[in-house]
Amino acid sequence: MNEQTERDLYYRMVLVREFEGRVSALDKQGKLAGGVYSGRGQEAASIGVCHGLRVDDWIFPLHRDMGAVLAKGADPNRLMAQIFGRRDGFSKGKDSYLHGGDLPHGIFGATSMLGSTLPVATGMAYKFRMKNEDRVAVAFFGEGASSRGDVHEAMNFAGVHKLPVIYVCENNFYAYSTPNELQFAVENVADRAAGYGFKGEVASGNDLHAVLQAMQKATDRARRGEGPTFIELKTYRYHGHSEHDRAAYRTDEELVTWESRDPIELWEHYLDKRKYDLQAIKAETLARAQQVVADAVAFAEASPEPEGPEAMDDLYATPIPGGSPA
Amino acid sequence: MMVTYLQAINQAMAEEMARDENVMLMGEDVGVMGGAFKVSEGLQDRFGKLRVVDMPIAESLIIGAGVGLAVQGMRPILEMQFIDFISCGFDQIVNQAATLRYRHGGQTSCPIVIRGPSGAGVHGGLYHSQNPESWFFSVPGLKIVAPATAYDAKGLLKSAVRDDDPVLYFEHKFLYRRIKEDIPDEEYLVPLGQAALRAEGTDLTVITYGATVHPAVQAARDLAGEISVEVIDLRSLAPLDWNAISASVRKTGKALIVHEARLTGGIGAEIAARIGQELFEDLDGPVMRLASADTHNAFAAPLEAWILPDLHKITEAIRKLARY
Ligand SMILES: Cc1ncc(C[n+]2csc(CCOP(=O)(O)OP(=O)(O)O)c2C)c(N)n1
Repeated sequence: MNEQTERDLYYRMVLVREFEGRVSALDKQGKLAGGVYSGRGQEAASIGVCHGLRVDDWIFPLHRDMGAVLAKGADPNRLMAQIFGRRDGFSKGKDSYLHGGDLPHGIFGATSMLGSTLPVATGMAYKFRMKNEDRVAVAFFGEGASSRGDVHEAMNFAGVHKLPVIYVCENNFYAYSTPNELQFAVENVADRAAGYGFKGEVASGNDLHAVLQAMQKATDRARRGEGPTFIELKTYRYHGHSEHDRAAYRTDEELVTWESRDPIELWEHYLDKRKYDLQAIKAETLARAQQVVADAVAFAEASPEPEGPEAMDDLYATPIPGGSPA
Repeated sequence: MMVTYLQAINQAMAEEMARDENVMLMGEDVGVMGGAFKVSEGLQDRFGKLRVVDMPIAESLIIGAGVGLAVQGMRPILEMQFIDFISCGFDQIVNQAATLRYRHGGQTSCPIVIRGPSGAGVHGGLYHSQNPESWFFSVPGLKIVAPATAYDAKGLLKSAVRDDDPVLYFEHKFLYRRIKEDIPDEEYLVPLGQAALRAEGTDLTVITYGATVHPAVQAARDLAGEISVEVIDLRSLAPLDWNAISASVRKTGKALIVHEARLTGGIGAEIAARIGQELFEDLDGPVMRLASADTHNAFAAPLEAWILPDLHKITEAIRKLARY
């Protein structure tokens, strides 16, 4: 990696943290309706997974993957407008957060039904395979979501057809309040990949190098037609499940331990070891990220709210006469 | 004692679990955390981890496992963290739970309750606002209730737990903490299948249930002196209290059905058709319906407000019907 790339990766992680930090603050100020799911602490996973992907590859983010959405190329202004429920958001106010998607950038909109994008990603990968396109589909999901049947069904099919799909499980040890020992009886979720006939890998989700490496191997494999990979990234969310959750189910010590392995600080450490001027890089990066976030908020606040009857727009490609099936 | 709608649900579960050791609760985060909305707060401390079970994120499993437990004589209450996720367990409900008794020729019953927060009005967006009752309304073998008051929330849930059939219990999250009511200290039940008269009137009947009961009653009050409105709160959708509906419509000659679930294919369509068929000669105007617009539950405030029925729309609909 050259210095430019290393600094760029750093910028991206800082941007995500600033962006999400601002969203959390806006939520606290009562300026946002709906839930806010911070991925603070998981930046290396988001950035590392998306770094090597092309625009024509696809990601299927989960509710906590704001970072992946930004890293894959979504316009921060439109993303903020999406969170505000404004007309310039990807879903024009129909829903908020990551439910809009940004299709030209290969970002699929999430639904709240956990795990239900995995079959979709798998179908997309089937098309890539069928048409001999060297593209990949990357589906994110939590270790909690891995308990759902849809997740199993998707992976099984991908294994059968050796599809170019990468399943990225961000294992942050809690699904809302439910710890892993009540979720599954294996140590690593990736251990299950064997049951689907493909490779499972476990990596530290806080170590950007580790994430990049795991993804490089997986995308190479997928593009070569060698089938799916399951990547489990062990990481941690600093905030509660949503901003309303005080996370009383976990200990302060646990949080402190993970904070000492902060992905951004680890990367700063690395930049420092490379003998770059860390102080200058930090100041410059932060200022740049904060400007992008400030612009995004200004853009979102200036974006109009949709008007009531727009609730009927975009329901059908071929509108039903009279506007409803009745 | 003064309780919120949410506390009433909590009390119902606590009382039924204390009364019958076969009653249990299973769902995501229902134990240590006491539920995403705190509906099950304190229950795991009181009844233990075996009876208040934190489940993996797998609605199909939660419901299917509940059926297995029920066949063994247990009476599980199965929580969907948000009722929207009931779609992930759809097969287990319509093909497993609903048919269990029928396909075994009456050899067994399926005493499960599936409950969870439904409804809109809190900017929940597409997947945290739905009213899924009509998805299940045409499925035989299921009972469906939707309480509007804290009193009913408690009494109906207790009856649902004791009922030998699968009961879908749709609590409305908009009402959780907005309603506070004085309910009896002593135990009571609200029977399934009985509507409640919320306002008496002679000019027309509003038939409703769930969250829209409250603006309907308010509209009846606001219009008093101008139009005499009777308001029926169905409480149970299956079985439906046809006697209450027909008696009222016979008296007033006009019916307006109001619900938050979407118009097309909603419960109101069935009721309207039945009124048209059986009470045609008693009618002095068209049977009218007011419901959510036929679209998804959009997020942005102006969209959500436009979609949902509210006091203003109900009042207008009543005025329009009264003019016939
Ligand atoms: C099918 C389904 N069931 C329940 C929920 C409610 N819910 C939202 S997020 C969540 C926990 C998710 O945990 P995990 O998949 O590990 O992801 P994390 O939030 O930890 O990143 C739950 C239970 C849901 N969204 N979808």
